[in-house]
Amino acid sequence: MNAAAGAPVRIAPAVRSHRLAETLARFRGLAIAAVILIVFGATSIKNPSFAHSTSIQEILTGAALFILLAVGETVVIVTRNVDLSVGSTLGLSAFEVGQLYTHHPHTSVAVALLVGIAIGAACGAVIGLITTVARVPSLVVTLAALYIIRGYVNVIGSGIQIEPSSVPTSFQSIGYSSILGVPWLFVIVIAVALVAAYGMRTFRAGRELYAIGSNPEAAALAGIPVARRVFGAFVISGALAGLGGALFLAEYATVDATGGSGYELLVVAAVVVGGVAIFGGSGNVIGAALGAILLQVINQSLVAVRVSPFWDSAIAGALLLAAIAFDRLLSTRATRAMRAKGGATYVE
Amino acid sequence: MSSEMATAPAGGGGGGSASATHPRFSGRSLQRWELALVVVLAGTLVFGAAESPVFLTTPTIFYTGLNIGLIAIMALPLTMIVVTGEIDLSVAAMLGLSCTVFGYAFGHGIDVYLAMLIALAVGVVGGALNGFLITRLGLPSIAVTIGTLTMFRGIAEVILGQNEVTGFPNSLLVVAPIGGTQMAWTFAIFLVLAVIYGVILHWSPIGRSIYAIGLNKETAFFSGIRVTRIKFCLYVISGAICAMVGVLYALQNNAARYDAGTGLELNVVAVVLFGGVSIFGGRGTIIGVVLSVLVVGCFDEVLTLINVSQEEQNIVFGVLLLISVLVPNGADGYHRLRRRLQRGRTGVAAPTAAPP
Repeated sequence: MNAAAGAPVRIAPAVRSHRLAETLARFRGLAIAAVILIVFGATSIKNPSFAHSTSIQEILTGAALFILLAVGETVVIVTRNVDLSVGSTLGLSAFEVGQLYTHHPHTSVAVALLVGIAIGAACGAVIGLITTVARVPSLVVTLAALYIIRGYVNVIGSGIQIEPSSVPTSFQSIGYSSILGVPWLFVIVIAVALVAAYGMRTFRAGRELYAIGSNPEAAALAGIPVARRVFGAFVISGALAGLGGALFLAEYATVDATGGSGYELLVVAAVVVGGVAIFGGSGNVIGAALGAILLQVINQSLVAVRVSPFWDSAIAGALLLAAIAFDRLLSTRATRAMRAKGGATYVE
Repeated sequence: MSSEMATAPAGGGGGGSASATHPRFSGRSLQRWELALVVVLAGTLVFGAAESPVFLTTPTIFYTGLNIGLIAIMALPLTMIVVTGEIDLSVAAMLGLSCTVFGYAFGHGIDVYLAMLIALAVGVVGGALNGFLITRLGLPSIAVTIGTLTMFRGIAEVILGQNEVTGFPNSLLVVAPIGGTQMAWTFAIFLVLAVIYGVILHWSPIGRSIYAIGLNKETAFFSGIRVTRIKFCLYVISGAICAMVGVLYALQNNAARYDAGTGLELNVVAVVLFGGVSIFGGRGTIIGVVLSVLVVGCFDEVLTLINVSQEEQNIVFGVLLLISVLVPNGADGYHRLRRRLQRGRTGVAAPTAAPP
C-alpha cells in the first residue's frame, strides 16, 4: 500500500550493504586465489617439476568434479538450505549412464550427458518438493536422500562394475583430451560455473536466492516465491550432481555402486572455504570454485613435496576452520565500519 | 503455564515459529512421536518373529546390542547438543582419533589404562576446541564441526597411517557378552548413560536450561542462563564420550585403525533425528532417542537375518528418517492447508475484487 513512501528508504541501505557484500566477496575470492598461488609457488620452489603443465592439468582435472558439485551446493546453501545428497546423486547418475552404455553402446555423448543431468534433476526435484511442500528441514531430507539413493544404487548395482571396455572412447575422451592444454572436463565445468555466477549475480531469480537466504520471512513478505526458488535451487544442485556423475564416468571410465561416496561433506567444506556463509545470504559460485581448487592444490602439493599425503585432511580441516574464523573477523569489522559510516552520513 | 495459552495452538500448528510453541503442546506432540516409535518397535518385533525363526532368541539381543551400541552411546551427547539448536558432526572423527591415539600409545608400550586416559584427554581437548570455536568465536557449529571432522580424521591418519594396532589385553576386550547375560558391553554402557542423560535432561535445572537455549537463545541469556558455558561444556562432554567410544571400538574389534567409524557421524545424526529431536532445537527426549536406537537396531538385525545387505538396509533407514520429519510436519501442513482454504472462502474475496 505505502510502497511509494517505503521504497527509497528501503533501497538505500540495501544498495550499500549489497555493494559491501560484493566487495567482501571479491576480496575473499582474491584472498583464496592468492593462497592458491602461494601454495603453488612454494611447492614449485621445493620441487621445480611441480611448475609444469602436467601437474596443473592434474590439479584442474582433479578439482573439476568438486567445482561442479560446489557450484550446485552454493546455489542451495545461499538459500539457507543444504544438500547432503550430492555424493549419492553423483553415484546414481554415474552408474546409470554406465548402464546405458553397457546396453546401448552407440549412444551419443550429448545424450549420455543429458541422461545424467536428467537423473540428477529428478532426484533434486523430489528433494526440493519434499523440502518445500512439507516444509521440513533440508538437512534431514537430504540426509535421508543420501541413504535412500545410495541404497538404491547398491540394490541395482550389487556386484556390477562398469568396465572401461563398455564406455566408448568418444565419451572417455572428455576425461583425458584437452583443448589448448586445458582438459575438456575443466572447460565444461568452468562454463557451468561462469553461467551460474552470472545468473546468480544478474538475474532476478538469482538475486532472490540471496534474499531468501538472508531472511526467508522477509523474502516471502516481499513477494518472492520462496518455495519455487528453493525448489529450483535443489533441481539445479541435483542436475549438476547428475552431470557430475556422467563426467565421473568419463574421467574414471569405471564405476561401481560406491562412486562418489563421502563427497558431500568435502563439497560443503570447499564451499565454506570459498566464503559462502553456511546460513545463507552471501558468497558466490566463483569463491566456492576457488575453494574447491585450493583443496585440490594442497592435496597435490603434499604429494609433490613428498610430505605424507596423510596430512591432506588434517590441513584441509584446519584450513576450513581458519577460513570461517577469518570470515567472521572480516564481517564484524565490516559491520562496525558500515555502522560508523552510516552514522556519519546521518549526521551530514 | 497459563491455561488460556494451551488453547492457542489448537489442533497442532506449532511448526512455524519455535518461540510461539507452548511447552505443554510440544510435550504432547512429542509423546505422540514416541508412541509412534513404540508402535514401530512392536511392529518390527512382530515382523522379525514372523520372518525369521531365530529373531526372538537370546543371541539376537546380543548382536543387536553389539551392532548399535557404539552409535547409540554417541547419540546421547549429540541429543543434548541438538536440543540446544547446534550440531556436532565431528563425533565419528573423534571416535577415530581417540581409537588411533589409544592404539598408538598402547603400541608404544604405554600402560593400557594410561593409554585410555590419554585418549580421553584427547577427546576433552577436541571437544574444547569445538566448544571454543562455536561459543567464544560464535562460528556456525555445522561448519566448525565439518572442519574438525576433517581435521581429527586427518590427525588420526598422520599418527597411524595405514598401520593397525592389535593385541590388546584379552581381559579388557569387550567382544563377549557380560558374563551370564546376553547384554553387549557397549549396549549396557549405553543404557547406564541413557539413564544419567535422561535424569540430567529431564529432571534437572541444567536440562531445563538446555531446552530454554534451544527454544530461544536470547531469552535464555536474558533469563540468566549461562548459554555459552553450557554449550561449551556440552561439546567437551561430547568429545570425551566419543573418545570413550573410540577406546571401546578398539577393544570391541581388537584393532585400532585411523579410519575407525568413518562416516558414522551421519548415522548418529539420523538416529537422534529419528528419535524425534528437532534439528531446530528445543524439542526432543532421551526416551525418544532410546526408542529410536532400539527400532534401528532391531530393524537392522531383522533385515540382516533375512539376508538384506547392509547397503540395502540404508534405504529402509532413509525412509524411516524421512517419515520421522514428514509425519509431525504433515499434520502441521494439513492444518495449514485447511486454515488457508477456510481463509480463502471467507477473507480473500474482497482483495481479489479490488484490482481490475
